[in-house]
Amino acid sequence: MNFAFSEEQEFLRNEVRKLLDTRCGLPQVRELAASPEGYSLELWGQIGELGWLGLTIPEAYGGGGLGWEELVILLEETGRHLFPSPLISTLLCAEAITRFGNDAQRQRWLPDLAIGSRIGTLAFLEESDHWSADAVGLCARRDGEGLVLDGEKRFVQDIAAADLVVVVFRCDAGELRIAVIESGSDGVSVQSREPIDATKRFGDLTLSGVRVPPDALLEGGGSATQQIQEILQLGALATASEIVGTAEGALALTVQYAKDREQFQQPIGHFQGVKHPLAETYMEIETLKSLVYFAAWALDNGDDGVALATSQAKAYASEVITRAGVTGIQLHGAVGYTLEYDIQLYLKRSKWARPMYGDEIHHYERAATLGGL
Amino acid sequence: MDFDFSPEEDAFRARVQSFLDAHLPSEFDARDPDFLKQWNRALGEAGWLGFAWPKEAGGGGATIIEQFILKEEMSARRAPPLGSDFMGLTWVGPALIEHGSDEQKQQFLPELLAGESCWCTGYSEPGAGSDLASLSTRAERDGDDYVVNGQKIWTTLAHVAKYIFMLVRTESSSRYGGITCVLIPMDSPGIEIQPIPNLSGEVSFNQVFFKDVRVPVASRLGKEGEGWRVVVGALANERSGISEATEKLRHIEDLEELARKVMRGGRPAVEDPEVRRKLASFRTRIAAMRLTGMRHLTNQLQGRRPSSETSINKLLRGQLEIEMDAFAMGLLGTQAQTQGRWQYLSLSYHGTVIGGGTPNIQRNIIAERILGLPKD
Repeated sequence: MNFAFSEEQEFLRNEVRKLLDTRCGLPQVRELAASPEGYSLELWGQIGELGWLGLTIPEAYGGGGLGWEELVILLEETGRHLFPSPLISTLLCAEAITRFGNDAQRQRWLPDLAIGSRIGTLAFLEESDHWSADAVGLCARRDGEGLVLDGEKRFVQDIAAADLVVVVFRCDAGELRIAVIESGSDGVSVQSREPIDATKRFGDLTLSGVRVPPDALLEGGGSATQQIQEILQLGALATASEIVGTAEGALALTVQYAKDREQFQQPIGHFQGVKHPLAETYMEIETLKSLVYFAAWALDNGDDGVALATSQAKAYASEVITRAGVTGIQLHGAVGYTLEYDIQLYLKRSKWARPMYGDEIHHYERAATLGGL
Repeated sequence: MDFDFSPEEDAFRARVQSFLDAHLPSEFDARDPDFLKQWNRALGEAGWLGFAWPKEAGGGGATIIEQFILKEEMSARRAPPLGSDFMGLTWVGPALIEHGSDEQKQQFLPELLAGESCWCTGYSEPGAGSDLASLSTRAERDGDDYVVNGQKIWTTLAHVAKYIFMLVRTESSSRYGGITCVLIPMDSPGIEIQPIPNLSGEVSFNQVFFKDVRVPVASRLGKEGEGWRVVVGALANERSGISEATEKLRHIEDLEELARKVMRGGRPAVEDPEVRRKLASFRTRIAAMRLTGMRHLTNQLQGRRPSSETSINKLLRGQLEIEMDAFAMGLLGTQAQTQGRWQYLSLSYHGTVIGGGTPNIQRNIIAERILGLPKD
């Protein structure tokens, strides 16, 4: 038993942190958030070269062949820096292809995703707004050898930037299917939506007679329902990992403010009304880390407890980030309510992070069922 | 990271399980003194009291992982506690091993391990509770003795203890540097014990009065004026001892059982989505508490001493106690006002939450020592 990251893993954390500290401080985050694309193509290319994007892609397909323990470290740091990029979306697309694609499909798509020359995403949610395989209603019709899609997907992350879209739908008698479509295909249109957190972009995807050729279907091993749950689980774990860093970032900013700001002739951090909520946030973040790290280990090691551990991690993460955002604003007082101070950026991020891949209501119910209730 | 246990550790787990098969009846009365005596003797023979203490101190020389496994397996079968002397085994013994003289180790450790002594802890005073360092029970040097005068309060088990592990003031001008730790037999002349009924009506803690109690200088633990150093380590052990997840795991199992039995609107409460979410949220935090404990054990394996981080689980446990009780009382509805097991727990858990430092004290420790905010 050993519940600590290795030296190599700590080295990775330092490297990621160093680069983001210099290249993506909060002033740059604000600039990028105000830009049309919402992320830096240059920085994206650079992290692609550094291997961040392909961290968990097998080496045979141009990736780093590492696991989720390493990925959690990377995502903690991107979360801490509010790093705006289509990282999680591209990661989920690559995971779907790695896990459920055949060799030809992996050869075709993964090397580009690993270096970031193509951007991926997952189109899952629909009108029903439920993160579960049963909620998929989009239906394909047969046309000759292939399938044709007509319908909508909502809240598709980074869809404006994406080249490859993993789409989940039904066909024939309602069986679930997963396919990779190119966003430039005929009949694909995107309506970007205005986010509260401009560092996280998304939009609705309209599919009008979009053809899905047979070689676009990901059909490897296991039932499609299971595969979809697996991908959603990865999304939940990725989001929970970013939440750890984001909550730590919000806490660090607020602790610093409590040390600097003086009232009644002393730093406000002297007062228990200020220090106690900060201590509570710290306790919650440490508690969350334990859940997230264990879930990553369980995932990498094929442990039976991975589904429960992931739901526990994301449920608790959703609660923690919501409270950390509010606590940060409240302890800043009036300046926390301004656009000028940075703490608002974390509050806005919490609006994205809480619901993505399932909020606490969704994941506690799932945890209850998985735990035998 | 690696959450798997080694083959040796798995083999040890199997050994604990067969011990339990052999020595723990399927039904037993955990308050029956004869049974407990027999149980503790069996534990002693197996070498499982002070299991992770060094062999030269009379302990089992086991790893802290083996001790973790031992506690988990014992708890999973709801076995009685590992030894009757919780305070002695959890923090007095380790403090003796770290700071004690050879004579002190020889005098106290064998009987502690044999379950023949029982320790209490003299920290709080009427004027020094959360502000422990303001304690004023005096110890004045007179030849080879200290002469102790003053009063301790909330002294758990003082009415049955053989010895007290306590803090006294040897120097009034230095707040922390004037504190010294001494070990005193409870039958020393000049000690008077007055039990204080707790809110359940039971006696768990006491007031202890010291009038000209003579304590040989040789009974001092550590150097004069270094008592605070001794107690910070002891408190870290106390906080992590109080906050092991095993007990909470049994608590949530019972709470789930209650939710299956109790009806709400004609259906078992466990079918209510809000009840399910609550139970899952408790389970989640208890799982996290166990994992955080494992992270802290890893720190210890890497050579770091338990310290302020023990306040994390102590604070979390306090919150769980309060929320889980409120939830249980809600499930019971009007039954909450009668006498029963859950209702008893509803009164008694406050002791666990306050003991070892209130939640606000844990928040202070985290805020000041970990986050570096200004001290109160």
